[in-house]
Amino acid sequence: MFTQTLTRRVLGSGLLDLLTGPHGVDRYTELVSPTWTRNDARARVVAVRRATARSVTLLLEPNDAFPGFKAGQHINLSVDIDGRRRTRCYSPASAEGQRLIELTIGRHENGLVSEHLYRHARPGMVVGLDKVGGDFVLPAIRPRRVLLISGGSGITPVMAMLRTLIAERYAGRVTFIHYARSPEEACYRDELAAMPRVTVLHGYTRAPEAGDLQGYFGAEHLAAATPEPDAVYVCGPPALVAAVREQRPDAISESFVPPEFAAEASGGRVSFLGSTISVTDDGRPLLEQAEAAGLQPASGCRMGICHSCTCRKTGGTVRNLITGAISTAESEDIQICVSVPVGDVDIDL
Amino acid sequence: MTQSVLERPQTAQPQVPTRSDLPPNLDAFGAELDAIRQAVLDDLGERDADYIHQIIKAQRALEVGGRACLFFSIIPPAWLAGTVMLGLSKILDNMEIGHNVMHGQYDWMGEPALYGKHFEWDTACPADQWRHSHNYMHHTYTNIVGMDRDVGYGILRMSEKQPWEPYFLGNPLYAFLLMVLFQYGVAVHELEAERIRAGEIGVADKREMLRETWQKVRRQTLKDYVAFPLLAGPFAPLVFAGNLSANLMRNVWAYTIIFCGHFPDGTSEFTIEETENESRGMWYYRQILGSANLSGGKWFHILTGNLSFQVEHHLFPDLPAHRYAEIAPQVREICERYGVPYNTGPLLKQFGSVVRKICKLALPWT
Repeated sequence: MFTQTLTRRVLGSGLLDLLTGPHGVDRYTELVSPTWTRNDARARVVAVRRATARSVTLLLEPNDAFPGFKAGQHINLSVDIDGRRRTRCYSPASAEGQRLIELTIGRHENGLVSEHLYRHARPGMVVGLDKVGGDFVLPAIRPRRVLLISGGSGITPVMAMLRTLIAERYAGRVTFIHYARSPEEACYRDELAAMPRVTVLHGYTRAPEAGDLQGYFGAEHLAAATPEPDAVYVCGPPALVAAVREQRPDAISESFVPPEFAAEASGGRVSFLGSTISVTDDGRPLLEQAEAAGLQPASGCRMGICHSCTCRKTGGTVRNLITGAISTAESEDIQICVSVPVGDVDIDL
Repeated sequence: MTQSVLERPQTAQPQVPTRSDLPPNLDAFGAELDAIRQAVLDDLGERDADYIHQIIKAQRALEVGGRACLFFSIIPPAWLAGTVMLGLSKILDNMEIGHNVMHGQYDWMGEPALYGKHFEWDTACPADQWRHSHNYMHHTYTNIVGMDRDVGYGILRMSEKQPWEPYFLGNPLYAFLLMVLFQYGVAVHELEAERIRAGEIGVADKREMLRETWQKVRRQTLKDYVAFPLLAGPFAPLVFAGNLSANLMRNVWAYTIIFCGHFPDGTSEFTIEETENESRGMWYYRQILGSANLSGGKWFHILTGNLSFQVEHHLFPDLPAHRYAEIAPQVREICERYGVPYNTGPLLKQFGSVVRKICKLALPWT
């Protein structure tokens, strides 16, 4: 206790900043142990499981710089691949307030980070953690009857909610519907089956006969699960979210799929300030156009979630593909991964 | 356009090529150099990341080890070892890490601590000012008298194209002072001393710049000359002396290497008129004429921050510097084929010619 307080005193002091300036104490301590950083949240992989052929589950031990997360929120995870830092957004599946974070990462076709982790993740590997966020969380006063719905890799934030409720000895009723292609691809199947006082229903889109529910979500699935839930949470592909919303417009949702968009080139002039580069708009999001022009703006989830790519738009108009919002103000922060130009635009990367 | 070249007073110097001797096929020349650059860009990866991480590790170890040794400096060998280690640490920090990282050479890695726009280094000059005076002014307008403030740092006469005035009689003295105080000379680069001397601007116009510089100088001074000595208790004077010597060692080394980059015999300076409407090939050509390499071994190149490959650095300032050694033979071969002079030589010869130039240009008839 005393040594902890002393360490914090010394580490937090301006003197240490002066002595280790201009680089800062983290740039020295990280060379002793990569997770030994005061300001940069990082985690060491302590266990790796490949429970299904299409996913990898990592157990992470974060350092003290990690602020923690609420069940349902997502975290930016960074790994270095061929010398380049790559950041993607994942929702932990573990209950909030635990020492270890569990991430289950679905493999995507051409998914650079998911494929790298599936092939190369091993205990001892160090990853960066950043930007905990998201409004897909349970209310502080827990509802009495909760319906959780997920599809595919969308299971992780819902699993975190479920585990959190169980850990806090939640007295209400939880029903959980999960959709996967087949029983083999349904993550956490055994753990869910063993959960007391949770009604679990599986739907398998490619093996309907094996599941509890047939076909896609609709009124019958809702009726089969629970008639009158107080709160509905859904995470999965946009089609699933839309089907749930149709039945329950009050459902709280999250979708981990990049938005579909039709490339409509405005033909406007896109100028990237801080460089001499400007391009003619081809309709793609500004992030992709900047990268195609050889620039390397910061980016993360590439689907409008994590705000790593937020830049100042200094002039012109852009449209947000997710919200449809049009930004016309002279000087406004925009998410370049999901914003497309509407005419000429000046962006300060 | 060539007026200023023709009017250049005759000197005993060997004939220096000028922009007016443009070789033919400059566009093809530029395209071949562009291809070298692209090949390196396509090949960037783990090898480059590992290299800079290793250098950083070595620098931090030398720094911590050096400062630790200095705490035991009552034993003379520990003082000497600590001072040399700290000096080497500052040299690596400023040259192979700071200068190169701030050029954006490692931006492609996406590692925030190596991001060129945010990096800060262990020297008196604030990184933001350096990025402007060096990355932009010096690298764009290399050796253009009146635009590139590295031509004499605003206080020296380094080219016959700078008109002589009685002030320049002190040229060798100013050069010596700049050498021993080099980190402060660099820190006040943005002061534009030559314009203040000419009465074009006043010191008051530079208040904001001086405020930033003062903040950085203050912190560096507190660290090296107050905090670390005081931590050593009774050995404070020895630590103070060690830190002073380490800074001096870095100052002299950095000055020597940097002045060998653009001022040895055979390098050219240019006038603003000569360089109007430059094509990409012409720009490359000017960079080569204005730069000179130093020959040496692997460790020599690392300690110069690979500025010993000044020619390659000026052609491709944003390629990771440890790649210059690999592409130098290709650049040299292209230069030979197009008849472009490629200036290189050992440190003593190159620096000797710089010293001669500094002394000679103090005289009114040069």
